[in-house]
Amino acid sequence: MKIVLQNLTKIFPSRNKKANDEVIAVNNFDFEIPDGKLIGLLGPSGCGKSTTLYMISGLQKPTSGRIFFGDDDVTEVSTENRGIGLVFQNYALYPHLTVKQNILFPLQNLKGEDKMPKDKMLERAHEAARLVQIEELMERKPSELSGGQQQRVAIARALVKMPRVLLLDEPLSNLDARLRLQTREEIRRIQKETGITTVFVTHDQEEAMSISDMIVVMKTGIVQQIGAPQDVYDSPANLFVAKFLGTPPINVFEGVVKGEKLYIGESAVLDVKGAADQEVMVGVRPEGFVLDAKGALECKLSNVEVMGRDVSIVSTHPHSANPMIRSIIDADNKVDVNVGTVRFTLKAHKTFIFNKETEERIYFEVK
Amino acid sequence: MVESKQQWKAWLYLSPAIVLLLVFTVWPIINTVRMAFLENYSGLKAAGGMVFEFGIGNFEKVIGYRRFVNCLKNTVLLCIWTVPVSTILALLIAVALNSIKPLQKVLQTIFFLPYVTNSIAIGMVFAAMFNIVGSFYGTENEIIVTAGIINNVIQFFGGEPINWINYGSTYTANMFVMVVYIVWNALPFKILVLLGGLQSINKQYYDAAKVDSTPRRRIFTKITVPLLSPMLAYVVITGFIGGFKEYTSIVGIFGEKMGPPDDAGRLNTMVGFIYDALSTNSQGRASAAALILFGIILVVTMINMQVSKKRVHY
Repeated sequence: MKIVLQNLTKIFPSRNKKANDEVIAVNNFDFEIPDGKLIGLLGPSGCGKSTTLYMISGLQKPTSGRIFFGDDDVTEVSTENRGIGLVFQNYALYPHLTVKQNILFPLQNLKGEDKMPKDKMLERAHEAARLVQIEELMERKPSELSGGQQQRVAIARALVKMPRVLLLDEPLSNLDARLRLQTREEIRRIQKETGITTVFVTHDQEEAMSISDMIVVMKTGIVQQIGAPQDVYDSPANLFVAKFLGTPPINVFEGVVKGEKLYIGESAVLDVKGAADQEVMVGVRPEGFVLDAKGALECKLSNVEVMGRDVSIVSTHPHSANPMIRSIIDADNKVDVNVGTVRFTLKAHKTFIFNKETEERIYFEVK
Repeated sequence: MVESKQQWKAWLYLSPAIVLLLVFTVWPIINTVRMAFLENYSGLKAAGGMVFEFGIGNFEKVIGYRRFVNCLKNTVLLCIWTVPVSTILALLIAVALNSIKPLQKVLQTIFFLPYVTNSIAIGMVFAAMFNIVGSFYGTENEIIVTAGIINNVIQFFGGEPINWINYGSTYTANMFVMVVYIVWNALPFKILVLLGGLQSINKQYYDAAKVDSTPRRRIFTKITVPLLSPMLAYVVITGFIGGFKEYTSIVGIFGEKMGPPDDAGRLNTMVGFIYDALSTNSQGRASAAALILFGIILVVTMINMQVSKKRVHY
């Protein structure tokens, strides 16, 4: 089931009639989510990602725009009739029901032709429980489960009625780091096994990158970029996206393009064929630095962190927008902490330049 | 733990409360038990220097009174009728109030008004509503000129006026008026508690139910009621306790006669019986009746707790 969002907009009216402080939570969102894919909505808090999810679920009505499931326009269809599964951020498991009763709950609501006999329902519930590996917990109450187990029960409850669309709202935010890693892989596995079109919301870029087929990066209600995680990482559309993706984060410098050469300070660090002369912001991924005794970019060395596989060099530069520059290089390179300065050359495909005012990407030819 | 040298300070600070409790709560309770088990105890006789023997004569006497059995019957009947009816009504009203947005605060205030109104005053208004205006107290051949508002409504719809509380009224009619009055009087507090409970239920459960296409009735029975069960248990238990202590409401409608003009004491309750015994200076019997009432409330509350242990979730 593909999902089509057409000019989706949500405006929360201002509470105070005098002050005009209405909030545009989602602004003109246009996107076609292909069938059977896992989509991550990504952005900092307040960017409208959850609002988008709740509009797809029908729990919130869009101010304007339309939503289609397949070819059906569901904009006016109530949540009850959309056939979605939704996993809430806090799971919202019914606390007075056992795991089994929780999973059975949606099935017992089915009416008309969909109504099924009791043993069929039980079979389906067990099937869903098996999928998320909680079969041995069926008789427990939610309060007797760990966060991760509760989350899996919530997924089972959402899956058991075979929804057309599965929606997950920050599903991993309540889990500890290890469980988060494990559960996100499970979400991926379950999504692959069932083939249900899935949309999930997160503010954690690593989480979104690791399991999504496509990610949508949002900021203040406006979609910044849509694409496969690697593509978005490798080719960010603007400075916000570049900064938002990647750990450690991208290093940003102030620079100037003059005569198709990029200057940081006085030194020309890179050829940027095709870019017009202007002041720019330069983004360099940590892995975009190459140690080079003749390199053009001279930085003051402050620390070297050895991480086994590679080495993280922490240095400073007067034109850096951040207090520290973090570059990651292969551990084979020996760096003496006492030398005082390091010199780098930049990898062209790991370096991005952005218009200083609009922060939009300026493309140049990479040899 | 506080060091033992410091403990006297703690006791000093506690002493005003402890002294008051000892004098006005603990000692009266002990004294009640003592008086109940002294044969034919009376405050006057005790003042005259009489010595009483221990025994259970007061209890035997109290149980032997036909008046007492009548009081017990009235009290139990009122409890059995008013507690479930008022709880269910309060639940429905609370759910309705919770689901509307405009005027919610206004309606909430209106529903709460009876709580801050004097119950004797409410009783007099109810008595007027159920009255047959123009009937003469105590005469056999009364002239019915016009009826109270309830009878007016009944007549408007072509029914016969009913003698609710006046001379010659039936026990059933009397009880009906009492049940209506007590339920109406009990609603505000229950609505308040249940509405508070409803508003503290996480809205996400309702969103989840919506996602799962749950019909309204099922949301009510499978989600609202179970999640509200601690509040419901509280309301039922306090309702029973209050019900067994019913007294002022009868006075409010029937006056101190505790019944229609031709049958004084017909609607008397346990507490009424205790007051009567006290007013005739039979502290022994009053204490015995009070202990019986205490025993009944204890047993009923324990049953309530036992039931709610199974039914109340979390």
